[in-house]
Amino acid sequence: MVKAEGVHKRFGRLEVLCGITLEVGRGEVMCVIGPSGSGKSTFLRAINHLEKINSGRLSVDGDLVGYREQGGKLHELRDSDVARRRAEIGMVFQRFNLFPHKTALENVIEAPRLVRGVPKAQAIEEATALLERVGLADKLESYPSQLSGGQQQRVAIARALAMKPKLMLFDEPTSALDPELVGDVLDVMRGLAADGMTMIVVTHEMGFAREVADKLVFMDGGVIVESGDPREVLANPRHERTKLFLSKVL
Amino acid sequence: MATGLPGPPQTAADDIEAVPVRHPGRWVAAVVVLVVAVAMGRSMATNPNFGWGHVGHYLFDSRILHGALVTIELTVAAQAIGIVLGVLLAVMRLSPNPLVAGGSWLYVWFFRGTPVLVQVLFWYNIAALYRTIALGIPFGPAFVHINANTAITGFMTVVLALGLNEGAYMSEIVRAGIISVDEGQQEAALSLGMTRLQTMRRIVLPQAMRVIIPPTGNETIGMLKTTSLAYVVAYTELTTTASNIYSANFETIPLLIVISIWYLALTSVLYVGQYYLERHYARGASRELPPTPLQKLRRGVFTFGHDPVALGPLGTGAHHEGVVP
Repeated sequence: MVKAEGVHKRFGRLEVLCGITLEVGRGEVMCVIGPSGSGKSTFLRAINHLEKINSGRLSVDGDLVGYREQGGKLHELRDSDVARRRAEIGMVFQRFNLFPHKTALENVIEAPRLVRGVPKAQAIEEATALLERVGLADKLESYPSQLSGGQQQRVAIARALAMKPKLMLFDEPTSALDPELVGDVLDVMRGLAADGMTMIVVTHEMGFAREVADKLVFMDGGVIVESGDPREVLANPRHERTKLFLSKVL
Repeated sequence: MATGLPGPPQTAADDIEAVPVRHPGRWVAAVVVLVVAVAMGRSMATNPNFGWGHVGHYLFDSRILHGALVTIELTVAAQAIGIVLGVLLAVMRLSPNPLVAGGSWLYVWFFRGTPVLVQVLFWYNIAALYRTIALGIPFGPAFVHINANTAITGFMTVVLALGLNEGAYMSEIVRAGIISVDEGQQEAALSLGMTRLQTMRRIVLPQAMRVIIPPTGNETIGMLKTTSLAYVVAYTELTTTASNIYSANFETIPLLIVISIWYLALTSVLYVGQYYLERHYARGASRELPPTPLQKLRRGVFTFGHDPVALGPLGTGAHHEGVVP
């Protein structure tokens, strides 16, 4: 589903990603851990072209991210084509980024209506079902400012799911939440994984990674230090850097 | 609570009853304000030069009413041009294309940097610069020729000059609104597959409105009064009409009072409009709707001399309002 080969990303002279190579299969859940500034978020954002990579190849479902290959040459995609590809990839942010001027229901139906042209009645029906699924059937008409962090994040997940994505990206989805509320969000994500959604999750929740992930990647300084089965990596890290990091967070 | 046992005082669950802090300073200030107001009122009532009789006579004079109507037309037309142009220039200014952004910058630099009075005079004399205005393909054939002298009427002169000038100011207001919206909003919208235009129209601009409306109300009120510059090109809106009347009958002060009353009345209407617009765009931004002016006034009277904070969180009067529908 996602394939990265030697992906590099620079911000000015700062090299944030220094050759990331990895592969995520359809229906797999990959968790990415690592200290802040290690490039985890940047990599995630590169996957739906919120960041443009400088070199290497990055593809989702066989399509290069941000480019079209024709006659051995890369052509930049037009905005509308980039938008079409992004519509297939759901993204959940650390700070929720719900639209504050819209109710929970309006947040969820906005993109299907606008991007896919789904009729209003159908969009509302699907959105209601999604909000029920994340446990917010009674909050349809609430504005984000009237919801707790955990509820907001679950609306954000429903909003991403409304586009029926083939891949979901989670950028530290529980880092801005009160400890009590983390569980509800992780439960929703667990359910998604069980339903076979392909997911890449940047997280500090080691318990979740151990239990749900098919693959765990530890990043530091823009490179993948170690990757493999999460139980194996968490229990017996091979690299000193991984050991040091895990000893601090576990 | 068990009887006979020395427990906590029975009043523990009751509201605190304390002597409120007195604010003698507030009372002194109130008296000073009252004295000044009474003195001013008395002077206005007793000085015959105010000519209140004439004020009453001319307040609804048909010429004055027509002038007021023209002033409204000028304000609406010029401010509409200003707002449309402002949004366009602001979006251009934020464009990644340096020529587009530079063009916007240059426009704002020019129109903000020259007096609006000079701009009015410029448009008035535009025929001296361009005798005809041709619509067609640049450097190619023209389809329509317009005589500048007849096309640029007094109305057009004022509307163009004030509208184009306003566009420069509005663009900065709109730009401030756009950059005040959290970048995460754009990212979220883009990640859902919206195009840049959809993101701007559906997500960014509606949120930017909260920042854009108060200064735009300010600008509209300013525009209402700036239309009086039509005086210099002898276009008969409210001020020019009054001047025409008093140059014939020398009742200068009463007529200036008449048009002041009209300007005040019209700006007051704008206040109300702005207030409800702001309330509309406050959806979701605060947990409670802001109070209507009447509710505010009622609370203001009742809380005089007391601490208004005691009435609700930050004086928002949370207990008066329901939550946002």
